[in-house]
Amino acid sequence: MRLYWNYFMMTLKSQMQYKISFLLTVLGQFLTAFTSFWGIKFIFARINGIDDFSYGQVLLCFSMIMLSFSIGEMIGGGLAVFPNLLREGGFDRILVRPRSVTLQLIVPNMDFSRLGLLVQAVIVLCIAVPVSGIEWTVGKAVVFFLMIVCGSVIFFCLFLMIASVAFFTIGSLEFLNIFTYGMRQFGRYPFSVYGKTTLRFLTFVIPLALIQYYPLLYLLDREDGLVYMISPVLSLLFLLPSYLLYRVGLRNYKSTGS
Amino acid sequence: MIEFSGVSKTYRVAKRQAGMGNALKSFFSREYNLVHALRDVSFTIGDGEMVGYIGPNGAGKSTTIKIMCGVLTPDDGACTVNGRIPYRERVAHVRDIGVVFGQRSQLWWDVPVADSFELIRDIYKVKEDRYRKNLSDLSELLNLGDILQTPVRNLSLGQRMRCEIAASLLHDPGVLFLDEPTIGLDAVSKIAVRRFLRRLNEEKGTTILLTTHDMQDIEALTRRVLLIGKGRVLMDGNLAELKKHISSRKTMTAEYRGPAPALREGMELVQSGEGRIVIRFDPSEIPVSEAVTYFAQLTELTDVSVSDITAEEMAAGLYKEYDL
Repeated sequence: MRLYWNYFMMTLKSQMQYKISFLLTVLGQFLTAFTSFWGIKFIFARINGIDDFSYGQVLLCFSMIMLSFSIGEMIGGGLAVFPNLLREGGFDRILVRPRSVTLQLIVPNMDFSRLGLLVQAVIVLCIAVPVSGIEWTVGKAVVFFLMIVCGSVIFFCLFLMIASVAFFTIGSLEFLNIFTYGMRQFGRYPFSVYGKTTLRFLTFVIPLALIQYYPLLYLLDREDGLVYMISPVLSLLFLLPSYLLYRVGLRNYKSTGS
Repeated sequence: MIEFSGVSKTYRVAKRQAGMGNALKSFFSREYNLVHALRDVSFTIGDGEMVGYIGPNGAGKSTTIKIMCGVLTPDDGACTVNGRIPYRERVAHVRDIGVVFGQRSQLWWDVPVADSFELIRDIYKVKEDRYRKNLSDLSELLNLGDILQTPVRNLSLGQRMRCEIAASLLHDPGVLFLDEPTIGLDAVSKIAVRRFLRRLNEEKGTTILLTTHDMQDIEALTRRVLLIGKGRVLMDGNLAELKKHISSRKTMTAEYRGPAPALREGMELVQSGEGRIVIRFDPSEIPVSEAVTYFAQLTELTDVSVSDITAEEMAAGLYKEYDL
Protein backbone atom coordinates (compact mmCIF):
# COMPACT_ATOMS: atom_id res chain seq x y z
CA MET A 1 0.00 0.00 0.00
CA ARG A 2 2.86 2.32 0.83
CA LEU A 3 4.04 1.89 -2.72
CA TYR A 4 0.80 3.12 -4.22
CA TRP A 5 0.75 6.05 -1.84
CA ASN A 6 4.28 6.99 -2.94
CA TYR A 7 3.31 6.40 -6.53
CA PHE A 8 0.36 8.69 -6.01
CA MET A 9 2.54 11.38 -4.44
CA MET A 10 4.96 11.09 -7.34
CA THR A 11 2.15 11.68 -9.81
CA LEU A 12 0.97 14.66 -7.81
CA LYS A 13 4.52 16.00 -7.62
CA SER A 14 5.02 15.62 -11.38
CA GLN A 15 1.83 17.48 -12.11
CA MET A 16 2.74 20.22 -9.65
CA GLN A 17 6.07 20.75 -11.40
CA TYR A 18 4.40 23.22 -13.69
CA LYS A 19 2.54 25.15 -11.02
CA ILE A 20 1.01 27.89 -13.09
CA SER A 21 -0.10 25.49 -15.78
CA PHE A 22 -1.67 23.27 -13.15
CA LEU A 23 -3.52 26.12 -11.45
CA LEU A 24 -4.77 27.51 -14.73
CA THR A 25 -6.06 24.11 -15.79
CA VAL A 26 -7.89 23.76 -12.50
CA LEU A 27 -9.34 27.24 -12.95
CA GLY A 28 -10.30 26.47 -16.55
CA GLN A 29 -12.06 23.30 -15.46
CA PHE A 30 -13.93 25.30 -12.89
CA LEU A 31 -15.03 27.99 -15.33
CA THR A 32 -16.16 25.66 -18.12
CA ALA A 33 -18.20 23.64 -15.69
CA PHE A 34 -19.69 26.84 -14.36
CA THR A 35 -21.25 27.64 -17.71
CA SER A 36 -23.41 24.53 -17.53
CA PHE A 37 -24.53 25.57 -14.09
CA TRP A 38 -25.63 28.95 -15.50
CA GLY A 39 -27.33 27.09 -18.32
CA ILE A 40 -29.61 25.35 -15.87
CA LYS A 41 -30.22 28.54 -13.95
CA PHE A 42 -31.33 30.38 -17.08
CA ILE A 43 -33.64 27.62 -18.22
CA PHE A 44 -35.36 27.58 -14.87
CA ALA A 45 -35.70 31.35 -14.92
CA ARG A 46 -38.30 30.81 -17.67
CA ILE A 47 -39.95 27.53 -16.67
CA ASN A 48 -40.88 25.95 -13.38
CA GLY A 49 -40.04 22.33 -13.93
CA ILE A 50 -38.81 19.77 -16.40
CA ASP A 51 -40.72 16.54 -16.48
CA ASP A 52 -41.96 17.00 -12.92
CA PHE A 53 -38.60 17.93 -11.53
CA SER A 54 -38.10 21.30 -9.91
CA TYR A 55 -35.06 23.56 -10.16
CA GLY A 56 -33.60 22.34 -6.88
CA GLN A 57 -34.06 18.72 -7.85
CA VAL A 58 -32.39 19.12 -11.22
CA LEU A 59 -29.58 20.97 -9.51
CA LEU A 60 -29.14 18.07 -7.11
CA CYS A 61 -29.02 15.70 -10.04
CA PHE A 62 -26.51 17.93 -11.77
CA SER A 63 -24.17 18.20 -8.79
CA MET A 64 -24.39 14.48 -8.12
CA ILE A 65 -23.43 13.54 -11.68
CA MET A 66 -20.67 16.14 -11.69
CA LEU A 67 -19.29 14.82 -8.45
CA SER A 68 -19.32 11.21 -9.64
CA PHE A 69 -17.91 12.17 -12.96
CA SER A 70 -15.07 14.25 -11.56
CA ILE A 71 -14.01 11.49 -9.17
CA GLY A 72 -14.33 8.85 -11.89
CA GLU A 73 -12.40 10.99 -14.32
CA MET A 74 -9.70 11.92 -11.85
CA ILE A 75 -8.96 8.24 -11.38
CA GLY A 76 -9.79 6.85 -14.80
CA GLY A 77 -9.56 9.80 -17.17
CA GLY A 78 -5.81 9.43 -17.53
CA LEU A 79 -6.37 6.05 -19.10
CA ALA A 80 -6.91 8.04 -22.28
CA VAL A 81 -3.12 7.97 -22.61
CA PHE A 82 -3.35 4.23 -22.89
CA PRO A 83 -3.25 4.04 -26.70
CA ASN A 84 -0.02 6.10 -26.65
CA LEU A 85 1.40 3.85 -23.98
CA LEU A 86 0.80 0.87 -26.22
CA ARG A 87 2.22 2.52 -29.30
CA GLU A 88 5.35 3.84 -27.65
CA GLY A 89 6.07 0.72 -25.65
CA GLY A 90 5.53 2.21 -22.20
CA PHE A 91 3.18 -0.66 -21.54
CA ASP A 92 6.05 -3.15 -21.85
CA ARG A 93 7.77 -1.37 -19.00
CA ILE A 94 4.70 -1.86 -16.84
CA LEU A 95 4.72 -5.56 -17.66
CA VAL A 96 8.34 -5.99 -16.57
CA ARG A 97 7.66 -4.65 -13.08
CA PRO A 98 6.58 -7.07 -10.38
CA ARG A 99 3.35 -5.30 -9.51
CA SER A 100 -0.29 -5.22 -10.47
CA VAL A 101 -0.63 -4.07 -14.07
CA THR A 102 -3.95 -2.38 -13.37
CA LEU A 103 -2.67 -0.20 -10.54
CA GLN A 104 0.46 0.70 -12.46
CA LEU A 105 -1.78 1.93 -15.23
CA ILE A 106 -4.14 3.91 -13.06
CA VAL A 107 -2.00 5.56 -10.39
CA PRO A 108 0.56 7.35 -12.57
CA ASN A 109 -2.14 8.64 -14.89
CA MET A 110 -4.43 10.22 -12.35
CA ASP A 111 -5.38 13.72 -13.31
CA PHE A 112 -5.58 16.14 -10.43
CA SER A 113 -6.52 19.11 -12.54
CA ARG A 114 -10.04 17.66 -12.27
CA LEU A 115 -10.12 19.18 -8.80
CA GLY A 116 -11.67 22.26 -10.41
CA LEU A 117 -14.69 20.24 -11.43
CA LEU A 118 -14.87 18.55 -8.06
CA VAL A 119 -14.86 21.81 -6.10
CA GLN A 120 -17.52 23.18 -8.40
CA ALA A 121 -19.70 20.11 -7.92
CA VAL A 122 -19.44 20.45 -4.15
CA ILE A 123 -20.45 24.11 -4.31
CA VAL A 124 -23.47 23.33 -6.48
CA LEU A 125 -24.36 20.53 -4.12
CA CYS A 126 -24.38 22.96 -1.22
CA ILE A 127 -26.73 25.23 -3.14
CA ALA A 128 -28.96 22.36 -4.25
CA VAL A 129 -29.52 20.53 -0.98
CA PRO A 130 -31.56 23.25 0.79
CA VAL A 131 -33.70 24.09 -2.26
CA SER A 132 -34.36 20.51 -3.37
CA GLY A 133 -37.25 20.11 -0.98
CA ILE A 134 -36.07 16.72 0.21
CA GLU A 135 -36.78 15.71 3.77
CA TRP A 136 -33.49 14.09 4.68
CA THR A 137 -33.31 10.93 6.73
CA VAL A 138 -30.34 8.74 7.53
CA GLY A 139 -31.51 6.24 4.88
CA LYS A 140 -31.69 8.93 2.24
CA ALA A 141 -28.25 10.25 3.12
CA VAL A 142 -26.84 6.74 2.71
CA VAL A 143 -28.57 6.31 -0.64
CA PHE A 144 -27.26 9.68 -1.83
CA PHE A 145 -23.76 8.74 -0.76
CA LEU A 146 -24.09 5.45 -2.65
CA MET A 147 -25.25 7.33 -5.73
CA ILE A 148 -22.04 9.32 -5.76
CA VAL A 149 -19.70 6.43 -4.96
CA CYS A 150 -21.30 3.98 -7.40
CA GLY A 151 -21.60 6.74 -9.97
CA SER A 152 -17.84 7.32 -9.75
CA VAL A 153 -17.31 3.61 -10.25
CA ILE A 154 -19.54 3.54 -13.35
CA PHE A 155 -17.75 6.51 -14.89
CA PHE A 156 -14.43 4.89 -14.10
CA CYS A 157 -15.61 1.68 -15.79
CA LEU A 158 -16.58 3.66 -18.87
CA PHE A 159 -13.11 5.19 -19.05
CA LEU A 160 -11.56 1.77 -18.57
CA MET A 161 -13.67 0.21 -21.32
CA ILE A 162 -12.84 2.92 -23.80
CA ALA A 163 -9.16 2.60 -23.00
CA SER A 164 -9.34 -1.19 -23.39
CA VAL A 165 -10.62 -0.80 -26.91
CA ALA A 166 -7.08 0.35 -27.74
CA PHE A 167 -5.84 -3.19 -27.09
CA PHE A 168 -7.67 -4.19 -30.24
CA THR A 169 -7.32 -1.14 -32.43
CA ILE A 170 -4.08 0.52 -31.20
CA GLY A 171 -5.71 3.84 -31.75
CA SER A 172 -8.22 5.90 -29.91
CA LEU A 173 -11.80 5.99 -30.99
CA GLU A 174 -12.91 9.51 -30.22
CA PHE A 175 -16.60 8.89 -30.76
CA LEU A 176 -16.65 6.59 -27.74
CA ASN A 177 -16.26 9.69 -25.58
CA ILE A 178 -19.99 10.15 -25.98
CA PHE A 179 -20.30 7.58 -23.22
CA THR A 180 -18.16 9.55 -20.81
CA TYR A 181 -18.18 13.28 -21.52
CA GLY A 182 -21.51 12.97 -23.27
CA MET A 183 -23.08 11.23 -20.31
CA ARG A 184 -21.87 13.97 -18.02
CA GLN A 185 -23.83 16.45 -20.13
CA PHE A 186 -26.95 14.24 -20.40
CA GLY A 187 -26.80 13.46 -16.73
CA ARG A 188 -27.49 17.04 -15.73
CA TYR A 189 -31.19 16.23 -16.04
CA PRO A 190 -32.96 13.15 -14.70
CA PHE A 191 -32.68 10.57 -17.45
CA SER A 192 -36.44 10.16 -17.78
CA VAL A 193 -36.61 13.47 -19.67
CA TYR A 194 -35.00 11.81 -22.68
CA GLY A 195 -37.83 9.31 -23.19
CA LYS A 196 -38.44 5.66 -22.56
CA THR A 197 -35.92 4.15 -24.98
CA THR A 198 -33.03 6.16 -23.63
CA LEU A 199 -34.04 5.35 -20.10
CA ARG A 200 -34.12 1.65 -20.89
CA PHE A 201 -30.69 1.86 -22.52
CA LEU A 202 -29.34 3.63 -19.45
CA THR A 203 -30.87 1.02 -17.19
CA PHE A 204 -29.82 -2.19 -18.84
CA VAL A 205 -26.82 -1.37 -21.03
CA ILE A 206 -24.93 1.42 -19.36
CA PRO A 207 -26.55 1.55 -15.94
CA LEU A 208 -26.27 5.27 -15.31
CA ALA A 209 -29.97 5.59 -14.55
CA LEU A 210 -29.42 3.22 -11.65
CA ILE A 211 -27.21 5.76 -9.96
CA GLN A 212 -29.28 8.77 -10.91
CA TYR A 213 -32.94 8.49 -11.91
CA TYR A 214 -34.20 5.59 -9.78
CA PRO A 215 -32.57 6.50 -6.46
CA LEU A 216 -33.61 10.10 -7.06
CA LEU A 217 -37.23 8.94 -7.08
CA TYR A 218 -36.59 7.38 -3.72
CA LEU A 219 -35.03 10.57 -2.36
CA LEU A 220 -38.09 12.52 -3.51
CA ASP A 221 -40.47 10.05 -1.82
CA ARG A 222 -42.05 9.17 -5.15
CA GLU A 223 -41.10 5.51 -4.83
CA ASP A 224 -40.21 3.61 -1.72
CA GLY A 225 -39.41 0.12 -3.00
CA LEU A 226 -36.19 -1.50 -1.89
CA VAL A 227 -35.10 -1.76 -5.53
CA TYR A 228 -35.02 2.01 -5.79
CA MET A 229 -32.91 2.24 -2.68
CA ILE A 230 -30.33 -0.31 -3.67
CA SER A 231 -30.26 0.44 -7.38
CA PRO A 232 -26.87 2.20 -7.10
CA VAL A 233 -25.40 -1.00 -5.72
CA LEU A 234 -26.96 -3.03 -8.54
CA SER A 235 -25.21 -0.79 -11.03
CA LEU A 236 -21.90 -2.19 -9.82
CA LEU A 237 -22.64 -5.26 -11.94
CA PHE A 238 -21.26 -3.10 -14.71
CA LEU A 239 -17.80 -3.79 -13.28
CA LEU A 240 -17.98 -7.31 -14.69
CA PRO A 241 -18.19 -6.58 -18.42
CA SER A 242 -15.71 -3.71 -18.22
CA TYR A 243 -13.15 -5.72 -16.31
CA LEU A 244 -13.68 -8.64 -18.65
CA LEU A 245 -13.05 -6.49 -21.70
CA TYR A 246 -9.88 -5.21 -20.09
CA ARG A 247 -8.64 -8.73 -19.25
CA VAL A 248 -9.39 -10.08 -22.71
CA GLY A 249 -7.58 -7.09 -24.17
CA LEU A 250 -4.56 -7.70 -21.98
CA ARG A 251 -4.42 -11.35 -23.01
CA ASN A 252 -4.79 -10.36 -26.63
CA TYR A 253 -1.89 -7.93 -26.29
CA LYS A 254 0.40 -10.56 -24.84
CA SER A 255 -0.23 -12.91 -27.71
CA THR A 256 -0.15 -10.43 -30.58
CA GLY A 257 2.18 -7.68 -29.45
CA SER A 258 1.81 -4.16 -30.65
CA MET B 1 20.01 -20.07 -17.19
CA ILE B 2 17.97 -19.03 -20.18
CA GLU B 3 16.57 -21.71 -22.43
CA PHE B 4 14.80 -21.20 -25.70
CA SER B 5 13.54 -24.30 -27.42
CA GLY B 6 11.75 -24.25 -30.72
CA VAL B 7 10.22 -20.82 -30.14
CA SER B 8 8.09 -19.39 -32.93
CA LYS B 9 6.18 -16.15 -33.04
CA THR B 10 4.07 -14.84 -35.87
CA TYR B 11 2.44 -11.43 -36.11
CA ARG B 12 -0.60 -10.61 -38.14
CA VAL B 13 -0.16 -7.28 -39.84
CA ALA B 14 -3.03 -5.66 -41.68
CA LYS B 15 -2.32 -4.98 -45.31
CA ARG B 16 -2.75 -1.37 -46.19
CA GLN B 17 -2.59 0.33 -49.49
CA ALA B 18 -2.24 4.01 -50.01
CA GLY B 19 -5.20 6.13 -50.97
CA MET B 20 -8.51 7.11 -49.48
CA GLY B 21 -10.50 4.45 -51.32
CA ASN B 22 -8.33 1.69 -49.98
CA ALA B 23 -8.41 3.15 -46.49
CA LEU B 24 -12.20 2.96 -46.58
CA LYS B 25 -12.14 -0.54 -47.97
CA SER B 26 -9.79 -1.70 -45.24
CA PHE B 27 -12.29 -0.43 -42.74
CA PHE B 28 -14.70 -3.16 -43.69
CA SER B 29 -12.57 -6.04 -44.77
CA ARG B 30 -8.95 -6.47 -44.06
CA GLU B 31 -6.35 -8.73 -45.47
CA TYR B 32 -3.52 -9.77 -43.26
CA ASN B 33 0.09 -10.52 -43.91
CA LEU B 34 1.76 -13.01 -41.67
CA VAL B 35 5.12 -11.87 -40.41
CA HIS B 36 7.24 -14.63 -38.97
CA ALA B 37 9.22 -12.80 -36.33
CA LEU B 38 10.78 -15.98 -34.96
CA ARG B 39 10.84 -19.46 -36.47
CA ASP B 40 11.92 -22.39 -34.39
CA VAL B 41 14.56 -20.54 -32.40
CA SER B 42 16.57 -22.56 -29.89
CA PHE B 43 19.56 -21.66 -27.76
CA THR B 44 20.77 -21.82 -24.20
CA ILE B 45 22.55 -19.14 -22.23
CA GLY B 46 24.36 -20.24 -19.09
CA ASP B 47 24.59 -18.35 -15.82
CA GLY B 48 27.14 -15.58 -15.83
CA GLU B 49 27.47 -15.46 -19.61
CA MET B 50 27.60 -12.21 -21.51
CA VAL B 51 26.02 -12.64 -24.92
CA GLY B 52 25.71 -10.23 -27.82
CA TYR B 53 22.62 -10.56 -29.92
CA ILE B 54 23.04 -9.14 -33.38
CA GLY B 55 21.07 -8.99 -36.58
CA PRO B 56 19.66 -6.38 -38.93
CA ASN B 57 16.56 -4.35 -38.09
CA GLY B 58 13.43 -6.45 -38.02
CA ALA B 59 15.33 -9.70 -37.57
CA GLY B 60 13.45 -10.63 -34.39
CA LYS B 61 15.79 -9.37 -31.69
CA SER B 62 13.21 -7.32 -29.81
CA THR B 63 10.66 -10.11 -30.03
CA THR B 64 13.14 -12.47 -28.40
CA ILE B 65 13.81 -10.02 -25.58
CA LYS B 66 10.11 -9.38 -25.08
CA ILE B 67 9.44 -13.09 -24.76
CA MET B 68 12.25 -13.45 -22.23
CA CYS B 69 10.82 -10.57 -20.22
CA GLY B 70 7.36 -12.09 -20.16
CA VAL B 71 5.80 -9.32 -22.22
CA LEU B 72 4.89 -11.59 -25.13
CA THR B 73 3.69 -15.17 -25.25
CA PRO B 74 5.27 -17.32 -27.98
CA ASP B 75 2.95 -19.15 -30.40
CA ASP B 76 4.98 -22.30 -30.23
CA GLY B 77 7.88 -23.71 -28.27
CA ALA B 78 9.01 -22.95 -24.75
CA CYS B 79 11.14 -20.40 -23.00
CA THR B 80 12.39 -20.70 -19.45
CA VAL B 81 14.52 -18.25 -17.51
CA ASN B 82 15.98 -19.59 -14.26
CA GLY B 83 13.44 -22.40 -14.40
CA ARG B 84 10.45 -20.08 -14.71
CA ILE B 85 8.21 -19.53 -17.69
CA PRO B 86 8.27 -15.75 -18.04
CA TYR B 87 4.85 -15.23 -19.61
CA ARG B 88 3.10 -17.54 -17.13
CA GLU B 89 4.73 -16.37 -13.89
CA ARG B 90 5.18 -12.74 -14.75
CA VAL B 91 5.43 -11.22 -11.28
CA ALA B 92 7.83 -13.81 -9.83
CA HIS B 93 9.91 -13.73 -12.98
CA VAL B 94 10.38 -10.01 -13.42
CA ARG B 95 11.51 -9.61 -9.82
CA ASP B 96 14.74 -11.30 -10.84
CA ILE B 97 15.47 -9.56 -14.13
CA GLY B 98 16.54 -6.08 -15.12
CA VAL B 99 15.59 -4.57 -18.45
CA VAL B 100 17.02 -1.55 -20.21
CA PHE B 101 15.29 -0.35 -23.35
CA GLY B 102 17.75 2.07 -24.91
CA GLN B 103 15.12 4.04 -26.74
CA ARG B 104 12.64 4.43 -23.92
CA SER B 105 13.01 5.76 -20.44
CA GLN B 106 11.83 4.04 -17.32
CA LEU B 107 12.43 7.10 -15.17
CA TRP B 108 9.83 9.70 -14.31
CA TRP B 109 10.41 12.63 -16.56
CA ASP B 110 9.62 15.55 -14.29
CA VAL B 111 11.13 14.57 -10.97
CA PRO B 112 14.76 14.19 -9.81
CA VAL B 113 16.43 10.87 -10.58
CA ALA B 114 16.70 10.07 -6.87
CA ASP B 115 12.90 10.18 -6.53
CA SER B 116 12.53 7.72 -9.39
CA PHE B 117 15.05 5.41 -7.75
CA GLU B 118 13.12 5.50 -4.49
CA LEU B 119 9.93 4.57 -6.24
CA ILE B 120 11.69 1.71 -8.00
CA ARG B 121 12.97 0.60 -4.60
CA ASP B 122 9.36 0.41 -3.41
CA ILE B 123 8.18 -1.32 -6.57
CA TYR B 124 10.73 -4.09 -6.10
CA LYS B 125 10.51 -4.05 -2.30
CA VAL B 126 14.27 -3.64 -1.93
CA LYS B 127 15.37 -3.61 1.72
CA GLU B 128 16.61 -0.24 2.89
CA ASP B 129 20.21 -1.23 3.71
CA ARG B 130 20.46 -3.21 0.47
CA TYR B 131 19.15 -0.18 -1.42
CA ARG B 132 21.63 2.20 0.23
CA LYS B 133 24.51 -0.08 -0.62
CA ASN B 134 23.45 -0.68 -4.22
CA LEU B 135 22.81 2.99 -4.76
CA SER B 136 26.20 4.04 -3.44
CA ASP B 137 27.98 1.31 -5.44
CA LEU B 138 26.13 2.15 -8.62
CA SER B 139 26.54 5.89 -8.29
CA GLU B 140 30.25 5.44 -7.72
CA LEU B 141 30.75 3.07 -10.66
CA LEU B 142 28.53 4.98 -13.03
CA ASN B 143 29.64 8.33 -11.68
CA LEU B 144 26.14 9.52 -10.89
CA GLY B 145 27.05 11.84 -7.96
CA ASP B 146 25.54 15.22 -8.82
CA ILE B 147 23.02 14.13 -11.38
CA LEU B 148 20.87 12.24 -8.89
CA GLN B 149 19.22 15.48 -7.84
CA THR B 150 18.50 16.64 -11.39
CA PRO B 151 15.10 16.11 -13.02
CA VAL B 152 15.36 13.58 -15.82
CA ARG B 153 14.19 16.03 -18.46
CA ASN B 154 17.36 18.09 -17.85
CA LEU B 155 19.80 15.20 -18.31
CA SER B 156 21.89 14.58 -21.38
CA LEU B 157 21.37 11.29 -23.18
CA GLY B 158 24.59 9.83 -21.77
CA GLN B 159 23.70 10.83 -18.23
CA ARG B 160 20.22 9.47 -18.66
CA MET B 161 21.45 6.14 -19.96
CA ARG B 162 23.74 5.72 -16.95
CA CYS B 163 20.75 6.40 -14.72
CA GLU B 164 18.61 3.93 -16.69
CA ILE B 165 21.17 1.21 -16.18
CA ALA B 166 21.47 1.97 -12.48
CA ALA B 167 17.66 1.93 -12.19
CA SER B 168 17.52 -1.56 -13.66
CA LEU B 169 20.05 -2.88 -11.17
CA LEU B 170 18.77 -1.51 -7.87
CA HIS B 171 17.06 -4.80 -7.07
CA ASP B 172 20.09 -7.02 -7.77
CA PRO B 173 18.71 -8.93 -10.76
CA GLY B 174 20.50 -12.10 -11.77
CA VAL B 175 19.82 -11.44 -15.44
CA LEU B 176 20.09 -8.15 -17.29
CA PHE B 177 18.62 -7.54 -20.74
CA LEU B 178 19.76 -4.51 -22.64
CA ASP B 179 18.13 -3.44 -25.88
CA GLU B 180 20.55 -1.11 -27.66
CA PRO B 181 22.08 0.42 -24.55
CA THR B 182 24.60 2.59 -26.36
CA ILE B 183 22.39 4.04 -29.07
CA GLY B 184 23.06 7.71 -29.56
CA LEU B 185 25.77 8.00 -26.91
CA ASP B 186 29.03 9.89 -27.32
CA ALA B 187 32.35 8.07 -27.14
CA VAL B 188 33.03 8.83 -23.47
CA SER B 189 29.62 7.63 -22.37
CA LYS B 190 29.84 4.51 -24.51
CA ILE B 191 33.13 3.56 -22.96
CA ALA B 192 31.82 4.23 -19.46
CA VAL B 193 28.78 2.04 -20.08
CA ARG B 194 30.85 -0.78 -21.55
CA ARG B 195 33.37 -0.73 -18.72
CA PHE B 196 30.56 -0.84 -16.21
CA LEU B 197 28.83 -3.78 -17.87
CA ARG B 198 32.04 -5.75 -18.02
CA ARG B 199 32.67 -5.20 -14.33
CA LEU B 200 29.12 -6.14 -13.46
CA ASN B 201 29.48 -9.40 -15.33
CA GLU B 202 32.87 -10.22 -13.85
CA GLU B 203 32.29 -9.18 -10.26
CA LYS B 204 28.66 -10.00 -9.66
CA GLY B 205 28.35 -12.75 -12.23
CA THR B 206 25.23 -11.15 -13.70
CA THR B 207 24.06 -12.85 -16.89
CA ILE B 208 23.88 -10.20 -19.58
CA LEU B 209 22.18 -10.32 -22.95
CA LEU B 210 22.48 -7.27 -25.11
CA THR B 211 21.28 -6.36 -28.56
CA THR B 212 23.13 -3.72 -30.45
CA HIS B 213 24.02 -2.43 -33.87
CA ASP B 214 27.30 -1.09 -32.59
CA MET B 215 29.87 -3.79 -33.28
CA GLN B 216 32.33 -2.13 -30.97
CA ASP B 217 29.97 -2.99 -28.13
CA ILE B 218 30.19 -6.60 -29.20
CA GLU B 219 33.93 -6.45 -29.54
CA ALA B 220 34.41 -4.80 -26.16
CA LEU B 221 31.92 -6.85 -24.20
CA THR B 222 31.03 -10.26 -25.43
CA ARG B 223 32.75 -13.47 -26.19
CA ARG B 224 29.65 -15.16 -27.49
CA VAL B 225 27.60 -13.83 -30.35
CA LEU B 226 24.17 -14.91 -31.56
CA LEU B 227 23.32 -13.85 -35.08
CA ILE B 228 19.64 -13.75 -35.93
CA GLY B 229 18.14 -13.04 -39.30
CA LYS B 230 14.71 -13.54 -40.82
CA GLY B 231 13.54 -15.06 -37.56
CA ARG B 232 16.16 -17.77 -37.32
CA VAL B 233 19.38 -18.14 -35.38
CA LEU B 234 22.01 -18.28 -38.08
CA MET B 235 25.20 -18.40 -36.09
CA ASP B 236 26.02 -19.01 -32.50
CA GLY B 237 29.63 -18.93 -31.49
CA ASN B 238 32.44 -16.95 -30.02
CA LEU B 239 33.56 -13.75 -31.59
CA ALA B 240 36.99 -14.96 -32.72
CA GLU B 241 35.52 -17.99 -34.49
CA LEU B 242 32.92 -15.93 -36.28
CA LYS B 243 35.58 -13.55 -37.46
CA LYS B 244 37.64 -16.45 -38.77
CA HIS B 245 34.58 -17.81 -40.47
CA ILE B 246 34.23 -14.63 -42.50
CA SER B 247 37.89 -14.07 -43.06
CA SER B 248 40.98 -15.32 -41.36
CA ARG B 249 43.03 -12.63 -43.05
CA LYS B 250 45.04 -10.27 -40.90
CA THR B 251 45.44 -6.57 -41.32
CA MET B 252 48.88 -5.10 -40.64
CA THR B 253 49.50 -1.42 -40.18
CA ALA B 254 53.14 -0.35 -40.28
CA GLU B 255 54.84 2.99 -39.85
CA TYR B 256 58.32 3.35 -41.20
CA ARG B 257 61.12 5.75 -42.07
CA GLY B 258 62.69 5.69 -45.45
CA PRO B 259 61.43 4.51 -48.83
CA ALA B 260 58.19 2.62 -49.21
CA PRO B 261 58.77 -1.14 -49.07
CA ALA B 262 57.73 -3.28 -52.02
CA LEU B 263 55.08 -5.90 -51.31
CA ARG B 264 55.69 -9.57 -51.80
CA GLU B 265 53.29 -12.11 -53.22
CA GLY B 266 50.22 -12.78 -51.02
CA MET B 267 50.14 -9.28 -49.57
CA GLU B 268 47.31 -7.01 -50.58
CA LEU B 269 47.67 -3.27 -50.34
CA VAL B 270 44.83 -1.58 -48.51
CA GLN B 271 46.20 1.90 -48.05
CA SER B 272 49.50 3.62 -48.30
CA GLY B 273 50.57 7.10 -47.34
CA GLU B 274 53.58 9.04 -46.23
CA GLY B 275 55.52 6.75 -43.90
CA ARG B 276 52.47 4.53 -43.33
CA ILE B 277 51.21 1.41 -45.06
CA VAL B 278 48.25 -0.90 -44.45
CA ILE B 279 48.22 -4.36 -45.94
CA ARG B 280 46.17 -7.52 -45.68
CA PHE B 281 47.41 -11.09 -45.86
CA ASP B 282 46.43 -14.64 -45.08
CA PRO B 283 48.39 -15.97 -42.07
CA SER B 284 48.26 -19.51 -43.45
CA GLU B 285 50.33 -18.37 -46.44
CA ILE B 286 52.53 -15.85 -44.71
CA PRO B 287 52.91 -16.33 -40.95
CA VAL B 288 52.64 -13.08 -39.00
CA SER B 289 56.24 -13.22 -37.79
CA GLU B 290 57.42 -13.62 -41.35
CA ALA B 291 55.44 -10.65 -42.55
CA VAL B 292 56.87 -8.45 -39.82
CA THR B 293 60.45 -9.61 -40.45
CA TYR B 294 60.00 -9.05 -44.17
CA PHE B 295 59.11 -5.42 -43.58
CA ALA B 296 61.79 -4.94 -40.95
CA GLN B 297 64.44 -6.04 -43.43
CA LEU B 298 63.29 -3.60 -46.11
CA THR B 299 62.81 -0.45 -44.03
CA GLU B 300 63.25 0.96 -40.60
CA LEU B 301 59.96 0.17 -38.80
CA THR B 302 58.84 2.64 -36.12
CA ASP B 303 55.50 1.10 -35.28
CA VAL B 304 53.58 -1.99 -36.31
CA SER B 305 50.25 -3.50 -35.39
CA VAL B 306 48.48 -6.63 -36.59
CA SER B 307 44.78 -7.24 -36.15
CA ASP B 308 41.91 -9.47 -37.24
CA ILE B 309 39.08 -8.05 -39.24
CA THR B 310 36.94 -5.70 -37.18
CA ALA B 311 33.62 -6.83 -35.77
CA GLU B 312 32.06 -4.31 -38.13
CA GLU B 313 33.55 -6.07 -41.14
CA MET B 314 32.51 -9.39 -39.67
CA ALA B 315 28.89 -8.33 -39.29
CA ALA B 316 28.81 -6.93 -42.79
CA GLY B 317 30.30 -10.20 -44.06
CA LEU B 318 27.78 -12.29 -42.15
CA TYR B 319 24.79 -10.24 -43.28
CA LYS B 320 26.00 -10.57 -46.83
CA GLU B 321 26.62 -14.28 -46.54
CA TYR B 322 23.10 -14.93 -45.27
CA ASP B 323 21.58 -12.43 -47.63
CA LEU B 324 19.98 -10.38 -44.85
